[in-house]
Amino acid sequence: MGPLAQPTPTAGSTALDRTTAESARPSSRLEMTGISVAFGGVTALSDVSLVVEPGQVHGLIGPNGAGKTTLFNVACGIVRADSGTITWRDRPLRRLRPDQLARLGIARTLQGVGLFAGLTVLENVMIGAHRHARAGFASALLALPRSDSDERALRGRATAALADLDAERYADRYPGSLPYPVQKRVALARALVSSPELLLLDEPASGLAEDEMHELGKLIRSLSARMGVLLVEHHMDLVMSVCDRVTVLDSGAVIASGTTTEIQADPAVTAAYLGEDVDVEHDAAELQAGTGADRA
Amino acid sequence: MSDLQNAGQTIAQPPAGNPATAAAPASTSSRKGRIPLPQSTLLRHLLAVVLCAVAAVVLLESTDPFRNSQLATLTYYAIAAGGLTVLTGLNGQISLGHGALMAVGAYTTGLFLSADEPLPLPVVFLAAIVVTALVGAVVGAAASRLHGPYLAGATLALAVGLPGLALKFKGTLGGEQGLRVRAPRAPEWFGDAIKTLTGNPATATKWLAYVGAIALLVTYFLLANLIRSRIGRTWRAVRDNDVAAELAGIRLGSWRVLAFVVSAACAGLGGAVLAIVVRLAAPSAFTLVLSLALLTAIVLGGLGSLLGALIGSALLVFLPQVTTDLGSAAGLDGTEAAQLAPFVYGVVLVAAMIFAPAGIVGTIRLRWLAQRAKRAVARETGR
Repeated sequence: MGPLAQPTPTAGSTALDRTTAESARPSSRLEMTGISVAFGGVTALSDVSLVVEPGQVHGLIGPNGAGKTTLFNVACGIVRADSGTITWRDRPLRRLRPDQLARLGIARTLQGVGLFAGLTVLENVMIGAHRHARAGFASALLALPRSDSDERALRGRATAALADLDAERYADRYPGSLPYPVQKRVALARALVSSPELLLLDEPASGLAEDEMHELGKLIRSLSARMGVLLVEHHMDLVMSVCDRVTVLDSGAVIASGTTTEIQADPAVTAAYLGEDVDVEHDAAELQAGTGADRA
Repeated sequence: MSDLQNAGQTIAQPPAGNPATAAAPASTSSRKGRIPLPQSTLLRHLLAVVLCAVAAVVLLESTDPFRNSQLATLTYYAIAAGGLTVLTGLNGQISLGHGALMAVGAYTTGLFLSADEPLPLPVVFLAAIVVTALVGAVVGAAASRLHGPYLAGATLALAVGLPGLALKFKGTLGGEQGLRVRAPRAPEWFGDAIKTLTGNPATATKWLAYVGAIALLVTYFLLANLIRSRIGRTWRAVRDNDVAAELAGIRLGSWRVLAFVVSAACAGLGGAVLAIVVRLAAPSAFTLVLSLALLTAIVLGGLGSLLGALIGSALLVFLPQVTTDLGSAAGLDGTEAAQLAPFVYGVVLVAAMIFAPAGIVGTIRLRWLAQRAKRAVARETGR
């Protein structure tokens, strides 16, 4: 399809090895280079670059208002970058609409849960498998066997995705009647059912208890065998335990990028966190201690 | 415990895999102990159509010509309300312009039937559906960018503006007086069939009521198919959370337009049936009042439910009659009794908003869901 992956200045040496090994098919690496976004004169992001390698968990952290969510929205096409390029599977993504992401193998979870309240858990996950649906309008209108078998296939897929996250028994329930952690698992199942190659997780641990967060960490680690993960998260202990690499944003610019050990030792990161308000100081304390019991 | 497992397996596996659930189709609503329904959606819905058809025949044959004509009125309201409940209930788009879309269907029908050698009725109906669907596509394309009150405003403009076209094109559309519609006569076989079936004479009114009933059954069959399929599910997802739907790969605009087109097609057919039942297509029949009546019908019946749309339409048609009769029986004179109807309708509406805001069908469904959730919780904690 596209040209072979070109080594780029931002990519580390390990990444280079991996891309050459997988050069047979376009590698599912997301590369954002020189992204700048301004909202009416206020700079939200300036010249931000970030690479998510396939099979890696990449953490994106920073104090409140650093631009994490904006960068996420740029990756999804919800916010358009004023300048900079995004490359996915070795091809540039231009004028991307959010609804095109799924077909490209990119899935995203929303902050909070964002489930469809009027759909059962199973139906919610079936919507996630939308891009695998084959039966069209006519067969649905006439209730042709083709529509039924398509529905069976989607249902099977969705049930399997729910089973993976141990939420199968809630299939017939409506999201509103379920505890928050279960809803979050369902939302994750909805993102995973389409077998994405890149998963964008927006604060998956918010509202979870300590042990649930631990479970989530293990889950994210296991997902990285199948896909790249970009993780925005406030809980430092989770970020530090699951991420391969971490990018730190502050005031719309990258102030540090590297492995978790490098980030923890970086004085610029500590300074950025300590320079902020009370809430963030708490995060910084967590960052240094490496453990924290903060609950959102 | 085993109950719980079975419930899961009903969905996960084809029934053949487990003798305990052999009778249960893959549908989530059926469990063991229920009447076994056909697994195919087509067969299930055809079965329902046959049962409803039998009920319709019994109803039409056991009532007098006046009730027949009321039932014919019910059919065109219910057809249009069915389409509106898909748009508003399933896809979350409000439309105050469905009365105007019915006008498009009615005038199209009137024009086609005014030909010297009119086309067969099904073809005329189909033409009305296609023309209205096209208008719906245009309106829907604009509507897909609007939400809530803005959408209501835009469709309101349609309701107010479109009937005015009849005044503008007086020559073809008949102006204020409207377009006389030559309702087709009942074919011979219809009279024979009714005579052999019940011995009743087949009146023209009865024929039109049957035409309306057939159109209603076909419409609801097709709509039910859509609602049960991935199309209906996608519409509901777009309604509940558009950002999440978009991230799942759903192109919001196209799906909203599709809902509008389907809904408009139903309004067109409703208008077509109206035209032949009333034998007239006039601007005064398609005012904003009609659009609002359709909306109240689907809200009263229960948004998003075809049964609700039918019940709401029935209230719309029969409630005024029933209250007028009751008023007369209570000793009121004719005018007073007639004035009772809008009053009672208003009271019913207010009462519904207070005591059953989800509508009749919606409230029953919510009760049932709450019960089921309670049982599920009990089962989990009792494990």
